[in-house]
Amino acid sequence: MGQQALTYLVVGATFALYLGIAFWARAGSTGEFYTAGGGVPPVTNGMATAADWMSAASFISMAGLIAFVGYDNSTYLMGWTGGYVLLAMLLAPYLRKFGKFTVPEFIGDRFYSQTARLVGVICLIVISVTYVIGQMTGVGVTFARFLQVSTTTGLFIGSAVVFFYAVLGGMKGITYTQVAQYVVLITAYTIPAIFISLQLTGNPVPPLGLFADTEGGVPLLQRLDQVVTDLGFGAYTAHRDNTFNMALFTMSLMIGTAGLPHVIIRFFTVPKVSDARWSAGWALVFIALLYLTAPAVGAMARLNLIDTVWPGGAGQPAGALVYEQRPDWMRTWEQTGLIRFQDRNNDGRIQYYNDRNPAFADQARQNGWQGNELTVNADILVLANPEIANLPAWVIALVAAGGLAAALSTAAGLLLAISSAISHDLIKSALKPDISERGELLAARISMAAAIVFATYLGLNPPGFAAQTVALAFGLAAATIFPVLMMGIFSKRINSTGAIAGMLAGLLFTTIYIFVYKGWFFIPGTNQFPDTAAYWVFGISPTSVGTIGALLNFGVAFAVSRATQPPPVEIQEMVESIRIPRGAGTAVGH
Amino acid sequence: MSGNTSSPDDYWKANLRLVRLCLIIWALASFGLGILLRPLLSGIAIGGTDLGFWFAQQGSILVFLVLIFFYAVRMNAIDRKFGVDEQ
Repeated sequence: MGQQALTYLVVGATFALYLGIAFWARAGSTGEFYTAGGGVPPVTNGMATAADWMSAASFISMAGLIAFVGYDNSTYLMGWTGGYVLLAMLLAPYLRKFGKFTVPEFIGDRFYSQTARLVGVICLIVISVTYVIGQMTGVGVTFARFLQVSTTTGLFIGSAVVFFYAVLGGMKGITYTQVAQYVVLITAYTIPAIFISLQLTGNPVPPLGLFADTEGGVPLLQRLDQVVTDLGFGAYTAHRDNTFNMALFTMSLMIGTAGLPHVIIRFFTVPKVSDARWSAGWALVFIALLYLTAPAVGAMARLNLIDTVWPGGAGQPAGALVYEQRPDWMRTWEQTGLIRFQDRNNDGRIQYYNDRNPAFADQARQNGWQGNELTVNADILVLANPEIANLPAWVIALVAAGGLAAALSTAAGLLLAISSAISHDLIKSALKPDISERGELLAARISMAAAIVFATYLGLNPPGFAAQTVALAFGLAAATIFPVLMMGIFSKRINSTGAIAGMLAGLLFTTIYIFVYKGWFFIPGTNQFPDTAAYWVFGISPTSVGTIGALLNFGVAFAVSRATQPPPVEIQEMVESIRIPRGAGTAVGH
Repeated sequence: MSGNTSSPDDYWKANLRLVRLCLIIWALASFGLGILLRPLLSGIAIGGTDLGFWFAQQGSILVFLVLIFFYAVRMNAIDRKFGVDEQ
């Protein structure tokens, strides 16, 4: 069977599985639609949370980002896992005890204000919509490469599948589908990594392989440091970034993770408060399986890539690959435009090196190189990895199915968060309080369908790279939702005026700082300053600014609350009751 | 309260003490050993690099995992001790 047929078969089989599960677990009540009836065991919920959380960014992009930068991009690894510690200790158990359907509902009740709830809805929708656009783009790209259809067609197929199982099944359908998607994506991620780790180090466990010796007894990382410096790049394991900015970026990803509404609502689905604590732990177990593998995938892929392009030794004048002898995977990826070759010195060989390193320029000139000739998009590294390592066709088909599972599961979770905010927090609480349960369920399904159409439309014309839009989503979650939830639980003194002022301050500050460098609403050319370190205030990049936005949110909320009346007694009693696990029922709407 | 005299305030204080301890370790493993204190670990070699690199790419994640399960076990015990667990 050919590669193409095999890919169709594997992707088709996984899709049939998801749809079958959705049909089996379709939701009948609003409780099942919003929180799966509150009956999901912690391990199952942890697995679903892991699939929900690990998006196309984790599966497709992250290892590539680490591969091309090295140590400094460890921020993604620490940031995207460290947030679960905050979730488990600062938010999840208390929100589960509170026992309602949505994040804005908690904000509205704790701060006894419809305005606070609406500001919460706005933050939630901005965060989720920007995040979902990136997922839809990822779906389109993966389809385009593996099914040989246009990006647009790929996007439509993906939307149709999400539409069917998310709209029909609600949280119940999504949860059980996500369990299946987790199994598909983790298998697809680890199998090629095991093969490659065995090839390079003889160790079948990729996280151990990263620190093991390669053939000849040289440690893998030492060899990698050697070949990249031979090509004028900075050493892989070295720290080169601004340390302050690196710490801020890590913090922003951590509190952004803990403030993402679609992750938080997962903890409303478990039966008990103690289960919410366990569930965060299980989620991190399943996430860690991928996150411990990712740095190994990154380092090994970088080494394999350089060995492929420099078969005669990295940086040796006669060692460069002759273009006409390039492997097949390079030819196929060239068609997508994500790998580009330009023969600057017309010698028919591929000189891949760092031409922006002034200290390396002399040596490059002596070798007769006239600039770097190969551009590789970091996002293709995981998808191309099995091909670079010459793995069998079924592994390549599996990776395609895994990338789609990662993107679709996150898109479904985000769409659910959006639809529940619209139907439950906007329509039921503000516009039409007397709506029946059937009516609310219908409204939830219609708003989810509308959100899918909207996200698909934006996915056709993405406002920028997935990484840019994802950065805004994290920065906003860090600067708005996380502080307001934490203060609502850990302080009895924060009142409605303080919470609203804090959320707005965090939201506006973070959005404006990002737009000033990335362009207003991500429209290219509308930025005031170039997005480079020289122009950043105190060296803080727009992706790290969420931490500052969060501090601002905390500060403003405290100052304004101090200057105004404390919350009423019944609200203070409510905070007392949230802090104590006893008496938690299943999540209900009101 | 099932037959003991401790107040909800004591329960909350015990919780905060545990959370504080866990978050100190959390920050030390990631921001500390993984980023700011990495130069101090440069002498400890592991697989062609230093221990700080390991903490940034793997160690911190393993520490996070242990922390969450430690917190869940300790906290459930505290719930029972103060009689506020779910029956």
